[in-house]
Amino acid sequence: MDLIIIFIGAALINNFVLSYFLGICPFIGVSSKISSAISMGLAVIFVMTITSIVSWLINHLILIPYHLEFLTIPSFILVIASLVQFVEMVIKKVSSAIYRALGIFLPLITTNCAILGLALFAQMRDYSLIESIIFALGAGSGFTLALVIMAGIREELELANVPEPFQGAPITLIVAGLLALTFMGFAGII
Amino acid sequence: MKKQVSLHYEFLKGLWEIHPIFKQALGLCPTLAVTVSAINGLAMGLATTFVLIFSSVIISSIRKIVPNQVRIATFILIISTFVTIVDLVMKAKFPELSKALGPFIPLIVVNCLILGRAEAFASKNKIFRSFLDALGNGTGFLLALVVLGSIRELLGTRCIFGFQILPDGFSTWMVMILPAGAFLTLGLLLGFANAYTKWKKEKSEKEILITN
Repeated sequence: MDLIIIFIGAALINNFVLSYFLGICPFIGVSSKISSAISMGLAVIFVMTITSIVSWLINHLILIPYHLEFLTIPSFILVIASLVQFVEMVIKKVSSAIYRALGIFLPLITTNCAILGLALFAQMRDYSLIESIIFALGAGSGFTLALVIMAGIREELELANVPEPFQGAPITLIVAGLLALTFMGFAGII
Repeated sequence: MKKQVSLHYEFLKGLWEIHPIFKQALGLCPTLAVTVSAINGLAMGLATTFVLIFSSVIISSIRKIVPNQVRIATFILIISTFVTIVDLVMKAKFPELSKALGPFIPLIVVNCLILGRAEAFASKNKIFRSFLDALGNGTGFLLALVVLGSIRELLGTRCIFGFQILPDGFSTWMVMILPAGAFLTLGLLLGFANAYTKWKKEKSEKEILITN
């Protein structure tokens, strides 16, 4: 039951993009087409899940036993950067179809603050390994959901007559604001 | 050899011409997340400026000995060192602010503004110029955060920096202190910034036409 609450909490109520503001750059940059939004979302879910496992292991097997908590930030960021590279190489070797689908989105994920944010949140809230994985899956699904909805709206928005200074990033932010308002409606479900 | 611009300009350009938020849309995550109040914006701006200045100076001073292939990893390690310093100092000296900003202090590491300046400027320029560039960009970022925080705090709680400005009769806009308010305010500010730039450009073009 707790696991379901963690999943729904991370995916809908405390959506990473719309209420924690993590991963705004890809949210604005990659949300102009639904197909690329889905690829980006899948890549993020994938990297988030692996990151949550590896960062939990590092935290509980290295940092805490040796009292190295002050090294959290550098070690997590290094792990994420090398993990993304590693995942990229493995996917390239194993399946070129997936590799082509994810394309440039994989390297971009390194600088996605949602990934580091996820690792830090899981550490702050003292999740167990299983809880961290569920949290990562929920956060990744929430990110994908927000990204795909946004891409859908933006595809329609191209036909709309937006005043020139507001085209691009400004109107995207305003739409995201309205989207955040609707996501607040989920607050009551737990 | 490209033309050297004045030192004066290296600082000033960060305040408007290449403003990190309004012109380049860099570092939006912390901008949106922490600007519930002006004081949070100020703290975040100061923390980011500190990290930006020190990492720019260090990166600029070692720019010739870092091999090109590993430069990004090196930059990130340098940045994360300074972020750790800020994080620990804030936890010790300002526990309340540190709590309010939550994971966003550690997340300065992945603020694209800092890596962006390191890659675009500090890794190619002399130490003093990099310092001025970092100072200018940091100040621009800080000002934008304080402005955004002030607007949201004023409309959401009638106060700025905790001092009441609007009368009690003003009914507060709850939406401003919610996440949605951040998106709406920044979207509108960006739009107005674009409109202002366009208006100024048209004006200067007209002036050129008249003088010719």
